[in-house]
Amino acid sequence: MALLEVSNLGIAFGGLQAVDKFDLTIEKGQLFGLIGPNGAGKTTIFNMLTGVYKPNEGDIILDGQNITGMQPQKISKAGIARTFQNIRLFNDMSVLDNVRVGLHNQVHYSTVAGVLRLPSFYEKENIMRGKAMALLKIFGLDGVAKQKASNLPYGMQRKLEIARALATNPKLLLLDEPAAGMNPNETAELAETVRFVRDKFGIAILLIEHDMSFVMELCEKIVVVDYGRIIAFGTAQEVRNNPKVIAAYLGGE
Amino acid sequence: MNLKNLGRTARRNLVTYSMVIAAYIIIQVLAAMDLLSNSLSGQLIPICAYVIMAVSLNLTVGVLGELSLGHAGFMSVGAFSSAFFSVAVGDALPTPVTLVLAFAIGMIAAGVFGVLIGIPVLRLQGDYLAIVTLAFGEIIKNLLNAFYIGVDSTGFHVSMKDATALKMDETGRIIIKGAQGITGVNRMSTFTIGFVLVVLTLIIVLNLIKSRTGRAIMSIRDNRIAAESVGINVTKYKLIAFTVSAALAGLAGSLYAHSLATVVAKKFDYNTSILILVFVVVGGMGNIRGSVIAAAVLTVLPELLRSFADYRMLVYAIVLILMMLFKQSPQIKNFCRGIGERLRLGSLFHRRKAENSSSGKEG
Repeated sequence: MALLEVSNLGIAFGGLQAVDKFDLTIEKGQLFGLIGPNGAGKTTIFNMLTGVYKPNEGDIILDGQNITGMQPQKISKAGIARTFQNIRLFNDMSVLDNVRVGLHNQVHYSTVAGVLRLPSFYEKENIMRGKAMALLKIFGLDGVAKQKASNLPYGMQRKLEIARALATNPKLLLLDEPAAGMNPNETAELAETVRFVRDKFGIAILLIEHDMSFVMELCEKIVVVDYGRIIAFGTAQEVRNNPKVIAAYLGGE
Repeated sequence: MNLKNLGRTARRNLVTYSMVIAAYIIIQVLAAMDLLSNSLSGQLIPICAYVIMAVSLNLTVGVLGELSLGHAGFMSVGAFSSAFFSVAVGDALPTPVTLVLAFAIGMIAAGVFGVLIGIPVLRLQGDYLAIVTLAFGEIIKNLLNAFYIGVDSTGFHVSMKDATALKMDETGRIIIKGAQGITGVNRMSTFTIGFVLVVLTLIIVLNLIKSRTGRAIMSIRDNRIAAESVGINVTKYKLIAFTVSAALAGLAGSLYAHSLATVVAKKFDYNTSILILVFVVVGGMGNIRGSVIAAAVLTVLPELLRSFADYRMLVYAIVLILMMLFKQSPQIKNFCRGIGERLRLGSLFHRRKAENSSSGKEG
């Protein structure tokens, strides 16, 4: 059975049908690309998958569980994590604390245990710290663990956001334009990281990206949307030569 | 203990605790040497109460990032419920037991009101909490102004009209007397009790902030959408922060009420709420130590500047506006940081060492 099955997903804002009849099937461990011109509805799809928007119609099934229209925090627990197009870190908190917030539902102890500093507090905090540092190390952020998140350079902030999302132990990771604002070297490094994350954690990754070479090289399957509808679907090669895709990007008859 | 091994926050908290304990010892020594003026020794318990108020409001405003304009309302609930209890009990129980129970009741009562307000309001985003808490403070004040409660051999009598409407028999005594409030409160609070409660409040708030719960609360302040996306139950953690904040305000109210002979609702009005907000803003949002210092200093200052008392509220307003303006100014921020670094001898020492080693390399 597929990891994520989306069928007939649609949402309208007032009279504008932002996404219409969107279908998607992602298998475990797949690297999936979601592309399309500006305003095509890509981020809207992400927002529906993560519960920020409630779809008007359609179903989202994650690993056999219907998560359509659930609250974001419940969808996070169900196993979808995401990053944001405009980076959303906890700016006034340390890098380490950002990841520890991500671990919130992985390591539990009660508020009372925290206030009274019961033994379970120390035990669980140690576990949390270890897990968080291990994640930071993967992204080369362990050296800046104590810095404020807002003080990091842009590229590191993007990495921290991915680390935080991974901390929630997701089955599916959604990356919204992870390479935005990066130079070619950083983009190549990011592609390596994304592949490494997929292999190491065995998760599926769905990413939105405008950097075509990045998407074409990295993703095993690509779905192209325009005006809220799917216009093409397939491997990089298939999508690249699809006349509808070329028309959508370059204009056409 | 090796300070280096502690985290930065742990070290900062240690300084806060030491500062409070040192202040307590100094004042006790001064009191023993009879060097405290009458007006200042009368201020000691109110200072403790206001420190607790400022620290607890900082939990809502600075840590959770929601504005509350009715914190004195929770103080009022705590003050009246605890004073009501201790007056109703009278001498039936030993004093320490009455005191502990009264404080617990004040805390719980205010906490319950915190939950009641929080459940509907904290689901919303935006400034609704400020509006509702503002109304809550005024409603509580006016309600308590109109309440008459008496007790006689048949039990409690409640009226919203006047004392005679209570229709009590000859054994009756009035506990809450409308605008005149509760009279004959046993003045059990001492400075030591106040100090213990301040330390207790600091332990609760500082431990809460540096725990899983506290990080969840701060993540909501920093970015609600991201917090939801990593699975934080936003309403739950807002409610926890707000309820703890309200309960601690109730504790402060209990402490304050038992230092007065008469508790009246008028004392806990809008001005008091704003005064506490000024403590938090001047001390720095999210900065617990700042709240302690600001509350203590700004409670003592008006007493010292008694001749200036008429302009007090005016000065507070100006201070508040200036603080907000300066907080946004990068020049002021840099200036403050520069002063802070110069004052911190430790970092001066480190810098000198670093300079020495780098110049050594060059040489």
